[in-house]
Amino acid sequence: MGEMRILPKIWLLILLALLPILGSAQIDGEVIKAEYGSFLLKGGNLVRVSDSNLEDTDLLIKNGKIEAIGKGLPEENARVIDCTGKYVYPGMIDAGSRLGLVEISSLEETQDFLELGEVTPNMQVITAVNPNAVAIPVTRVSGVTSSLAIPQGGLFPGTAALIHLHGYTPDQMFGGFKGILMNFPSTAKRGNYDKRSENTIKSEAKEQLDKIDAIWKKAETYHGIKSAGGSTDYYPEMEHLSKILAKEIPLIIEVNSAKDIKSCLEWIADKDIKVIFSGVAEGWRVADKIAEAKVPVLTGPILSLPTRESDAYDAVYANPGKMLKAGVKVAIRTNQQAENTRNLPYHAGFAAAYGMGREEALRAVTLSPAEIFGLDNLIGSLDEGKLANLFVSDGDPFETQTNITHVFIQGYKIPMTNRHIRLYQEFLERKPELLE
Amino acid sequence: MKSALIYIAFSLSAIFLMAASERPPKGSIVIRNGNLLTITNGLLEATDLWIEDGVIKKIGKELKVPSGISSIDATGKYVMPGIIDAHSHIALETVNEASSPITSEVWMGDVVDPFDISIYRALAGGVTVSHAMHGSANAIGGQNITLKHRYGNKEPSGLFMNEAPRTIKFALGENPTRVHGRGKNIQPKSRMGVEAVIRNGFEEAKQYTKRWEEYEKNKGKEVPPSYNLRLETLRDVLDGKIIIHCHSYRADEIYMLIQVCKEYGIDKIVFSHVNEGFKVAPELAKYSMGASVFSDWWAYKFEVYYSTAYNAAILTRNGVLTSVNSDSGEVIRHLYHEAGKSQKYGDLSDEEALSLITINPAIQLGIDQWVGSLEEGKHGDIAIFDRHPLSIYAIPEMTFIEGVKYFDRHEDETDQRLKVDPREKVEAVYLYQETHNCMRDVDFFFTNFGRNLFEHKH
Repeated sequence: MGEMRILPKIWLLILLALLPILGSAQIDGEVIKAEYGSFLLKGGNLVRVSDSNLEDTDLLIKNGKIEAIGKGLPEENARVIDCTGKYVYPGMIDAGSRLGLVEISSLEETQDFLELGEVTPNMQVITAVNPNAVAIPVTRVSGVTSSLAIPQGGLFPGTAALIHLHGYTPDQMFGGFKGILMNFPSTAKRGNYDKRSENTIKSEAKEQLDKIDAIWKKAETYHGIKSAGGSTDYYPEMEHLSKILAKEIPLIIEVNSAKDIKSCLEWIADKDIKVIFSGVAEGWRVADKIAEAKVPVLTGPILSLPTRESDAYDAVYANPGKMLKAGVKVAIRTNQQAENTRNLPYHAGFAAAYGMGREEALRAVTLSPAEIFGLDNLIGSLDEGKLANLFVSDGDPFETQTNITHVFIQGYKIPMTNRHIRLYQEFLERKPELLE
Repeated sequence: MKSALIYIAFSLSAIFLMAASERPPKGSIVIRNGNLLTITNGLLEATDLWIEDGVIKKIGKELKVPSGISSIDATGKYVMPGIIDAHSHIALETVNEASSPITSEVWMGDVVDPFDISIYRALAGGVTVSHAMHGSANAIGGQNITLKHRYGNKEPSGLFMNEAPRTIKFALGENPTRVHGRGKNIQPKSRMGVEAVIRNGFEEAKQYTKRWEEYEKNKGKEVPPSYNLRLETLRDVLDGKIIIHCHSYRADEIYMLIQVCKEYGIDKIVFSHVNEGFKVAPELAKYSMGASVFSDWWAYKFEVYYSTAYNAAILTRNGVLTSVNSDSGEVIRHLYHEAGKSQKYGDLSDEEALSLITINPAIQLGIDQWVGSLEEGKHGDIAIFDRHPLSIYAIPEMTFIEGVKYFDRHEDETDQRLKVDPREKVEAVYLYQETHNCMRDVDFFFTNFGRNLFEHKH
């Protein structure tokens, strides 16, 4: 009997001695995967965006959707996540980014946002989105759950697509919105290196607009034949442009200087199509006209320089707020820098500080883009029946002190890790430390 | 006759004005009842700060000051030392002398542009001092100049911070190898070549020093050696008279230069950008004057692909003196926000985060005895914010340099240009431009059919 009692004690001692090793044991190559199932976010402060905030309220995620919102929801078989004292927000949507389309900006081999040719509306960015881009996990842990992947170059560079930032195939990531991009001929300079004279710039822009008009005429002819039941040859460019004329897909027009925005408003005035403006850096100068035309706007980056040397230093910070006040529907984008799409909340934060206000700036990265993309039945706010694209934080997500603790995308609980975090974990206390 | 007299009078007054402008303007003012973020002595709530003739005379409650000194009510506001950017290219007419892998003879003080609107925009972000650097085209670049943002002063020298010690730009990795190796088919084409170029430079400088020392010893008996400003400068680097600020990214190249510097007895070296500095943090802590990093830039080229936004925090926790810089005419406007990111990525305290843009860069530039914290006896360089500067909603409201106000949001006029190009009929509109960066003026090596193939600028 005595022996029998000692033996387990010895085992216990051995186990205790091994505990530190067992505890830190890692399976080589272990990967944390996203989890799918039912999750009950208990007792959080829900910042719904679509409606007033709900304090100390539960939110149930089931089948990829927000199943229920309410007090004291039954736990059933859901995994409970205590959100007491925390905040739950709808996932942020970047209204224009290269995320997924480029790995290393300087290496042409990794750039997939730019195709040859001036008229290539048939180019599908969704095809080129790399679900395994290193920047995607880096972005989503900041609460950005979706982004509009945009192509670049030429007059009609391709078809942009909204993606959710989790999935293994383009179809799994596709968010249900596409738009054909057009670059409105720009009379602005491309940068300090642009040494073209005023006249050259003007005549080049005129030439390009003539080209667009000619293309447009062709598209109308093509669309006319098609809608009259006639047969057409294989003409992918026209096939795609005709969808704009059929109002099956919107035309996203990249336009920035005040003068160009005005010309563009004239250009669309006699066209019966769905239009979204993108860029709109000088929107504040002609905000009334944009509002009057009821064209929604995807603007940004907000952390960028004024377009004119004579402009106020905060002209771009203040741009979204001024457009909003004039009655324009505004969504915010980071644009271009794929790798720092994670800074979307900070672009919104600066817009908030310089006139837009906190609430409206939050709307400009959640519900407003959802509305502009026609997806407000699916994303952009915390409402029952919407996709579970949301995050939990310990404070205001625009503040840099705030930690985001959980992210859900299409109901998947996203691993809160990425290469930046793994490097932090590896190198905070490096071993060996220093070679003497 | 009359016009001649007017001309003489005008010329004379111009001479007087020039003489007067030699001494940088200094002011006296008392900031009442602000929350002082002193950096070196914590947060002093509802405290006065008195600047007398450009210098912080006294910090304390309800200070008694002589009548006639104007005062500002800063109740509820936050007062911090003027922000310092340890890596910048604003207020420069040109950035790179890309003609040789070593150009230590050139000096950015010769190309300061006091009219650059970026200076005003930086002031509007609370930045009072910037380190205007040579670019990163050469393994050993030119000497830099530390500027005070005295916008409105039309003399380049009026912006110089005369107290600041000399500094020089070095650069490792992709930029010098691209410009010289791939662009011109001369060394360096690889990181081996970068080391060799730097070593060759140091060895030449040592031989040069020896020749001069021998000549001095045998004065009168020999023909003097020929004077060489390039080697003269490197001689001063070896003698510890110049602080190296080295553009670098990868851990291997950082480690290489640490080894080279150890061998040549150089300890005045700051690593800039230093995206992989976190991998050699213990070495940086022991053998350098620290690291000056981006808050979160990465992936714009291969050598920054394995970066982490936690860099500043890892470095700080390993005892590396760390600053956050802009390298950009855009980012310089919100360095307080960039410093704040070190709280998201690595939980730095408020004081640690603010040190990244104040006292730490001041130490790295050798100017910490004058600026970088709110202390009696230091320059009256301050920025006033409407709320804590680490909040995203904080707005810089006023910026002072040596007691003189250079920015006031409430008196801000839209057009702050000091001069307008008379050839310009309609003002140009620039879209999302990035005018100030490390690789300015070398773009011509990489353009093709009018298209800029050169997006990686830093």
